[in-house]
Amino acid sequence: MNVIIATDCGSTTTKAILIEKVGDEYRQTFRGESPTTVEAPFEDVTKGVLNSIQEIEELSGRAILDGERIITPNEGKRGVDIYVSTSSAGGGLQMMVAGVVKAMTGESAQRCALGGGAIVMDVLASNDGRLAHEKIERIRQLRPDMMLLSGGTDGGDVQHVVEMAEFIAAADPKPRFGIGYQLPVIFAGNKEARPNVQEVLGSKAALTVTDNIRPVLERENLMPARHKIHDLFLEHVMAQAPGYRKLMSWTGAPIMPTPAAVGLIMEAIAKKRGINVLGVDIGGATTDVFSVFSGIFNRTVSANLGMSYSISNVLAEAGIENIMRWVPFDVNENDIRNRIKNKMIRPTTVPQTLDELQIEQAIAREALRLALDQHKLLAVGLKGVQQERDIASAFEQVSSGQSLINMLKLNLVVGSGGILSHAPRRVQSMVMMIDAYQPLGITQLAVDSIFMMPHLGVLSTVNEKAATDVFDRDCMVYLGACVSPIGIGKEKEKCLDYELKMPDGKVISESQPFGELRLYPLPAGATAHIVAKPARGFDMGIGRGKAVEAKLDGGVVGIIIDTRGRPLELAKSKSDRVAQIERWGKAVGLYPEA
Amino acid sequence: MAHTYTPGLRVTARATIRKKRSLPIQGDVTVKPGDKVSAETVIAHTQLPGKVQSVNVVNVLSIPPEELRMFMKKKEGDSVQQGESIAENRPFIKWFKTTVPSPVTGKVENISEVTGQVLLREPPTPLELLAYIDSEVIEIYPREGALVQCTASFVQGIFGVGGETNGEIVFAAKSSDEPLTPDKLTTAHKGKIVVGGSFVGMDSFVRAKELGVKGIVVGGVEAADVKELLGYDLGVAITGTEKIGFTLIITEGFGKIAMARRTFELLGMCVGKRASVSGATQIRAGVIRPEIICPLSQKDLAKADAFVEKERGGLQAGDQIRLIRDPFFGRIGLVKSLPHDLTKIDTESHVRVLQVEFPDGMVATIPRANVELIES
Repeated sequence: MNVIIATDCGSTTTKAILIEKVGDEYRQTFRGESPTTVEAPFEDVTKGVLNSIQEIEELSGRAILDGERIITPNEGKRGVDIYVSTSSAGGGLQMMVAGVVKAMTGESAQRCALGGGAIVMDVLASNDGRLAHEKIERIRQLRPDMMLLSGGTDGGDVQHVVEMAEFIAAADPKPRFGIGYQLPVIFAGNKEARPNVQEVLGSKAALTVTDNIRPVLERENLMPARHKIHDLFLEHVMAQAPGYRKLMSWTGAPIMPTPAAVGLIMEAIAKKRGINVLGVDIGGATTDVFSVFSGIFNRTVSANLGMSYSISNVLAEAGIENIMRWVPFDVNENDIRNRIKNKMIRPTTVPQTLDELQIEQAIAREALRLALDQHKLLAVGLKGVQQERDIASAFEQVSSGQSLINMLKLNLVVGSGGILSHAPRRVQSMVMMIDAYQPLGITQLAVDSIFMMPHLGVLSTVNEKAATDVFDRDCMVYLGACVSPIGIGKEKEKCLDYELKMPDGKVISESQPFGELRLYPLPAGATAHIVAKPARGFDMGIGRGKAVEAKLDGGVVGIIIDTRGRPLELAKSKSDRVAQIERWGKAVGLYPEA
Repeated sequence: MAHTYTPGLRVTARATIRKKRSLPIQGDVTVKPGDKVSAETVIAHTQLPGKVQSVNVVNVLSIPPEELRMFMKKKEGDSVQQGESIAENRPFIKWFKTTVPSPVTGKVENISEVTGQVLLREPPTPLELLAYIDSEVIEIYPREGALVQCTASFVQGIFGVGGETNGEIVFAAKSSDEPLTPDKLTTAHKGKIVVGGSFVGMDSFVRAKELGVKGIVVGGVEAADVKELLGYDLGVAITGTEKIGFTLIITEGFGKIAMARRTFELLGMCVGKRASVSGATQIRAGVIRPEIICPLSQKDLAKADAFVEKERGGLQAGDQIRLIRDPFFGRIGLVKSLPHDLTKIDTESHVRVLQVEFPDGMVATIPRANVELIES
C-alpha cells in the first residue's frame, strides 16, 4: 500500500489528505478542502468529497478520480491504493442513553456512547429526578439517531431495567433520519432482563442485544456495545444520510465517526509512549476532550462549546467576567457581547485586528477550561464499587468515583482545532492551553498541524505503520514543555530556583520569583535537563520545597517556566489585571509589539 | 480558476419560492396539486399522541407484579376518566379496600407484570399544518405534507427570533439609518409587520407587544436587549420557537447598524402588501435564515422585474460589498482588487484578502471571509 487518500467529512468542511510512501516511510504530501455537501441544495456528501479530492489532484498532479469513481489501485501517477473516511457531518452521531442508577449504569452507558463517537443528548435513569411522564416526553422531543439502554448487573435488578424499556416503548421514538424507519436501540444491560426487554421493545424499535456494559459493579465492559454502536451507525444512521450509501461503497474500511477515530489515535499515542495524555479538539460547534490516564480511555464532548456556531454559549456558560479577565485591554461589556453574537451569526469570519484575535483567544481559554471541567466529571473511577480501607485510608474517607484526571501525572497535552492549530504564533496555542488547563509540575504540549488525527485514526485500522509514520512526522507539532510549581504566593516572592542544562552545554541558573512567565527556546527534537527546587510553600509534585530533576523535550516554542501560581489567580482590579496579562504576554512574545 | 465564494443573504425582488411543508409525524394531507392556498390554509393535519402517565399500581396495592392483572379493573385499550378506578384490592373487610384512581382521562396503554406499572395515555392533540405563504400546491408527499410555490419578493435576514406569522408590511422609519423608537409605533401597527431602520431596543419591544404588532424588521439590535427579551442568554443560534409576542428579524447584525439600502428599498416596494415572515434561524448544519416573503400579484411582476438583479458569478472588482466584521463592521464599499496570494494581516495570519474602497475614498485591505456581496 503506497498511496492513500483519506477524508474527514465535517459539519462545515470536508478535508482530504494524500499520503504517499517516500522511501521506507509514509508522509502526508498534499491536502485539499471543500465545503461539506450533506445539506440542501446538494444533499449528497460525495460532492464535497469529490471537490476536496479534486483540489489534491490539481496540487499533486496525480489523477485520482475517473468521473465519480476513485481510481484504484495506484499505478505511477494515477490512482490510489485505498480510500478511507470519517464523518461528523449533519451533527455527527446523536444518542440518548439510559441506565438504572444515574451514577452507575447511567454513567457507564454515557462513557460507552461518548467513546463510540456520539454526542449524548440526555442520560435517562430511574433515579434522575424526573417523573415517568417527563422522561417519556423527553424521549419524544429529542430525535436521537439511536439509543443505548443499560441497567442492572448480570443477575441483578430486572424490574427497573424493564421499566426504562417501557418508557422508551411508550414514547415510540422516531429516528432523526428516515421517516417510517424504526429507531435503533441497543440493549446492553442485565442479561436476565433480555426476554422482557425483547417483549417490550421488539415491535417498537430496531432492537439489538449485546453484552452488559456493567456485568458486575466492579467492572465496565464497554467494547461490545461500542462495536454495536459503530455497526448501527453504518447500517442505520449513515445509510439514511444523503449520499452516504455511495460513499460507503467507495471506502476500503468502514467509515468511522470522527471523534471515534481521534480517540483511537489518542489511545495509540498513550500506549506507544506509555504516558498519560489529554487531547482536545476545539471546533466551531463542539469541543471534544480525550484522556488516557493509566491506560483508561475517556472521551467527552461538550456539544455547545465552540468557537463559531457555539461561541455565544461559551459566553452564556462562562460569564462575561471570566472571558474579559483574559483580555489584555479595557473593553466595554456590551461591545464584547455584540462582537460574540456577530461571530455566532457569521461564523466564517476571521479576526482582522489584534484586539479581535485577543478576544477570540480569551473566549477559547474559557471554552477549553469548561470542556475540561465537564470531562473531569465523567472521566472518573467506577462509582458504587466496594472499597477496602486500611486504618490509614479510613481517615481520608475518599469516596469511589474520583476523577481520573490528575494534572500532576499528565505527561502530554495535544490541542487540535482551528483556534489552536492555526494560531498565528505557536506560543499563543501553548499559552492558551496553559492558561485553560493550568498543568502542574512538568507537562509537554503539542498541536495537530492541520487536523489530520481523524484521518490517521481510521487509517490505523487498516495500516498502522502508515498512520504512525504520518502522525510522528507530519501531524504532531511539539510546542515544548511547561514547568509549573503548585502553590500561591505574593508577587516577587521567591518561588522556584532552577538549573537548566541546555543541549549545547550551556547552564542557566535562575531564581524565578512568584508571578512570572519565562520562555527558553529549545527546538523540537532537542532535550534539556532541569533541576527545579521550589521555595518552601511550593510543590513540584513530590512535596513542598523538594527539588525535582527531569528531562524536558523541546518544541517550536520551547520551555515555559510558569510561576504564576497554581491555581492561577489573576489580579482583582481591572488595571492591575490588564497590566499583568500584558506583562506575561510580553515575556513570552505572545503578540506583536504595538 | 475557481471564483471567490462569498456567502450573501438573498434580497431579491422576484424569486420563485418553494417551501416543503411537513408534519412532524405522519398524518393526512388535505390538498392536491394545483390547489391555490392562502397562508392560513390547513394543508395537512395529524394527531400528536397524548402524554403518558404511569401509575405503579403494585406499590399502591402492595401486591406482587405478577398478580397485577388480577386486581385490574381495566385492560389495555380501555378508556378511563380522570379519578375513575383502574384497579382495586379485595380485602375481607370492605372498609380496608384500596382503589387506584386514574390521574388522567385517556386510555390504558400498557399493564406490566414485570414492573407493576400501568401506563395511561392522554387523548391525542390535533395538529394542523398551515400553508404559511399565499401559494399554489405543486406536489404532495402522502401522509407527510406538500410542496407549495409562489412568485414573491424575498428578503433574508441574518438573525431572528419567533416563529411563522403573516401580516401587512408597514414602514415606521423614513430612512434606513433611523432607529425604530417606541414613539414611532402606533395602534395602526396592530397585526402588521413593521419595518424600521437601523436599530430597535427593549423599550420598543415592550411597546410592540402592547400594541399587538406581528413582526419587526430592522438593521440591528443590542445583544443585551435580545437577552432581556428572551429572558435568557441565547447560547446557540437555533431559534424559531420563542413565544415573545411577535417575530423579530434583524437584517444586518448586533449593534446599531443601518439596514442595507437595497433591503430597505425592496421592503419599501412591499408596503401595503401581505407578507409571510419567519424568525427561525439555524446557523449550524443546514443553514436557515429568517425570511420575509411577499407574494407578488400579476400586476406587481413588471414592477418587480425592474428591480431584479442580474445573474452573477463570484466576487469581482467593482462589486458592492458589506463588511461583516470589525473594525469596519457594517460599512459598505466597492471591491478595488482581489490579490491572488495570501496576505499577512494585523493578526499575523496569512489569509486571502481583497482591497475595498469606501465612498470617502479610503482604501482598506480586508480578509475575504469578512465581506458579504450585495447584489445590485
